[in-house]
Amino acid sequence: MSAVLELDRAAVAVAGRTIWSGVSLQVQAGEFVAILGPNGVGKSTLLKAVLGLTPLSGGAMTVLGDRPGHVNGRIGYLPQRRAFDPNTRVRGVDIVRLGLDGDRWGVPLPGRLAGSAGRRARERVEEVIALVGAGAYAGRPIGQCSGGEQQRLLIAQALIRGPELLVLDEPLDSLDVTNQASVSALIRDVCRSQNVAVLLVAHDVNPILPYLDQVIYLAHGGAVMGPPEEVITADTLTMLYGTPIDVLRDRAGRLVVVGQPDAHAEHR
Amino acid sequence: MSVDLTWDLVADVRQLLSYHFMLNALRAGTIVAVVCGAIGYFMVLRRQSFVGHTLAVIGFPGAAGAIWLGVSSGFGYYGFCIAGALVIAALPGGGRAGSGLGGAGEESAVVGTVQGFALACGFLFVSLYKGFLSGLNNLLFGTITGVADHQVITLLIAGVLCLAVLVAIARPLLFVSVDPDVARASGVPVRLVGTVYLVLLGTAAAGASQITGSLLVFALLVAPAATASRLTARPYLGLGLSVLIAVLVTWLGEAFAFFSPYPIGFWVTTLAFGAYLLATGYGLLRERLGRRLVTA
Repeated sequence: MSAVLELDRAAVAVAGRTIWSGVSLQVQAGEFVAILGPNGVGKSTLLKAVLGLTPLSGGAMTVLGDRPGHVNGRIGYLPQRRAFDPNTRVRGVDIVRLGLDGDRWGVPLPGRLAGSAGRRARERVEEVIALVGAGAYAGRPIGQCSGGEQQRLLIAQALIRGPELLVLDEPLDSLDVTNQASVSALIRDVCRSQNVAVLLVAHDVNPILPYLDQVIYLAHGGAVMGPPEEVITADTLTMLYGTPIDVLRDRAGRLVVVGQPDAHAEHR
Repeated sequence: MSVDLTWDLVADVRQLLSYHFMLNALRAGTIVAVVCGAIGYFMVLRRQSFVGHTLAVIGFPGAAGAIWLGVSSGFGYYGFCIAGALVIAALPGGGRAGSGLGGAGEESAVVGTVQGFALACGFLFVSLYKGFLSGLNNLLFGTITGVADHQVITLLIAGVLCLAVLVAIARPLLFVSVDPDVARASGVPVRLVGTVYLVLLGTAAAGASQITGSLLVFALLVAPAATASRLTARPYLGLGLSVLIAVLVTWLGEAFAFFSPYPIGFWVTTLAFGAYLLATGYGLLRERLGRRLVTA
């Protein structure tokens, strides 16, 4: 196995304020990794640093064996977002296609004129749409698709170039419980079948907990990484925060973290 | 000039084309319609209608100022609209689209302030240049009689440049317009594409202002595009439809203006509004029928 992501005592500062520092971790190919932690701790900033959109203020980071920002063509990215405006009159299939060649200048030639390259592009679009199971609504304007449908189409967009790393910023947020479960299962399937490493920022670990290989827990300007059963424990989190933290398990096996500062919206 | 509308359509068209000023009006109108239909499609997609309106209004002080200084109004239109586009692009967040994922909006107050100031300047220039009242009407609401040969050439050059640049940036522009965050991560220069687009929008508004007047540019920039996006959600088909509707509306509007005592701006605007109403009705009908099919 080779590391798709490696941080060595990395630090990030935004507007002169250090968000986190001394973070060292490794993500291996094909691993499903969640980034957890309270609000404002720099989870999204970590993803932006991976994409080279936010520079490091210290330490080193290697993404797919290269510097951050140089390999974004091999990374699928799904930013944190609200839903598309209901009036967005662009089809889901067009949104997916933009992930393939949206950064190229000019316009795609229509239909037959595009030749074999155009046909391959269309086939690839159909393939990823089938992979995420969005065939039934990919032809509808994306604004009229439900939150879960939009999320599946955007995952298809992120997957279309056959990335080695998927970077997902709160893809389960704003979905209802049923969709959280099905989108989580979809991401797990994609991770396993396409052998793509997944780096997923989550607000609530429970929908993805059974699928996770590793957890990165960010808090207090630092981070701990390890298997979920080792990281989401009272001892580890107490050490990370420096204040007493409890991790409770309810009857359904759901984890609840109690006592963390700014905990009101965590791990419901 | 005596104009008689008959039931013989061929004779009517022949009559219309026998006047040089009408030929020029049709040539200029066609160029302007193609450019506005295409540029406007992205304006609607990017939810930058207010910026487009402001750029059109900025053309008014430009033209009024140019006439006051004794130079061609075309310089004023293009100079002010393109400068206005660059100013808006330089405003914090001004060049950013109010994309389908939210954003923008807060800078509309700044844009609106600029627009108010532009109108005020326009009226100042008009009052500085005395005896200009009929000209004022034309600046604001357009005229078909006033298009000179050299203006058609200028419009053509500006239009061809506009379309060439638009074709070059169309795909990244679409990407940036619907999904700026992912576009940025994919390496699209979001800010640059947005700025280039605003300059195109300013150029299109400046060109159209010379035909429809500053206040009614909107008819050509927003209505055909809004109509097209009601009819289809395929981006490139929508772009083509938008151009087609803009051209038809302009041709018909110019013909109606020729055979009636009412100004061109009124006709073009009214036809564009009618097309939008029809498309909206069609969309609602299709939705309702679709729902009935699903439930049946």
